[in-house]
Amino acid sequence: MTYLKKSPWVIHYDASSCNGCDIEVLAALTPVYDVERFGIINTGNPKHADIFLVTGSVNEQNKEVVKNIYEQIPEPKVVVAIGICAASGGIFRECYNVLGGVDKVIPVDVFVTGCAARPESIIDGVVTALGILETKRLAMKEKGNETMDKSGSAV
Amino acid sequence: MITEPVISLVNAVLFILLAPLAGGLIAGIDRKVTARMQGRVGPPVLQPFYDVGKLFEKENMVVTVTQHFYVLSYLVFMIVAGALFFSGGDMLLVIFAFTLSHIFLVLGAYASYSPYSHIGAERELIQIIAYEPMIIFTAVGMYMVTQSFNVSAIVNSGIPIILYLPGVFIGYLIVLTIKLRKSPFDLSTSHHAHQEIVKGVTTDFSGSNLGKIEIAHWYEYVFLLGVVYLFFGFSPVIAVAAIIIAYFLEILIDNTISRVKWQLTLRSAWLIAGTLGIVNLGVLYYLKGVIMP
Repeated sequence: MTYLKKSPWVIHYDASSCNGCDIEVLAALTPVYDVERFGIINTGNPKHADIFLVTGSVNEQNKEVVKNIYEQIPEPKVVVAIGICAASGGIFRECYNVLGGVDKVIPVDVFVTGCAARPESIIDGVVTALGILETKRLAMKEKGNETMDKSGSAV
Repeated sequence: MITEPVISLVNAVLFILLAPLAGGLIAGIDRKVTARMQGRVGPPVLQPFYDVGKLFEKENMVVTVTQHFYVLSYLVFMIVAGALFFSGGDMLLVIFAFTLSHIFLVLGAYASYSPYSHIGAERELIQIIAYEPMIIFTAVGMYMVTQSFNVSAIVNSGIPIILYLPGVFIGYLIVLTIKLRKSPFDLSTSHHAHQEIVKGVTTDFSGSNLGKIEIAHWYEYVFLLGVVYLFFGFSPVIAVAAIIIAYFLEILIDNTISRVKWQLTLRSAWLIAGTLGIVNLGVLYYLKGVIMP
């Protein structure tokens, strides 16, 4: 029985977006879309989160922050890059301080396109991420069993 | 003939086994009703169980090793307090174990290095200071009416305690808002404001440790509502109705009143305990021969 798919908690970070995608992420939490129907909660704390939603491109100033948040999320975790800026840097990619998409700094599992990404496509992206989250959980479980086998403490 | 110690033991075991189920369901219904009040569909009623199941599937990131000990102590002493209560034990001992369990939660939050966690711990301490007098008055009031601190004696006394302790009951409902972590008094950690500093006390807990805190909270729900039952112990039907109404009121208050600062929390909790509680107990004391059997 897996509970991970039924209770995905997200953390949302605005790297350097124009705020358009952020508004759409928050729109998904409002009564109109109400993602809490699916058990999705927007936590503000990486230690409680399962899914990392990043909007906007990564720049020199916040690459450390993005990395830091990613590292503080307990395994299994997935990253969803929302909007075209998070995918490639978008219209900001030529800027002197912009590194590009989020995948330049941390591994990204799902890219949600759009400028700004629509709430429907964000929810769709998160649902896709849930499938990946489940595979990661199973992989982690197998790996955990292997390490326990080696140490001889289990089986 | 079943002896009393056996019944007590059975009650305690039943509490340990069933309270998480009941508490989880209460939390689920709470979330559903809250969502409906906000014009949302809301999560499934079993959502709290999914959440805790998920937390136990996750990696347990530990900031300090002592956290394990503190979180486990929080859970264990919460179970001890509830089990003592439902086995008909001494009210004062129950309150002692109950407070101790929260002290362990505070220590657990202080054990980490995060400033958010420390603020949460401080606020949790303030909340303990705020609600503690009223909880003690509740026990004292019940003693004055039934001449016993034993929960079994209080329930079996058959006295409609609510008629003697209306002030204490209202005071208890107000500190219940603090205890159930409901707005306007959800300072140290809240069910709603996940992004704010008020998530404080649980900041540095993740995975199974956070799951244990949730389970302890479920035990706490059942224990606290059990105290409401005591006020109406003479009639189980009225008691259950009172619990449902009281809980519904808590949800309504949670969704209609904004959060207050810690100063106002402390002041209002003490003001309530100092007026409603003390006046009620004073009247009882001076009219002992008149209104008491």
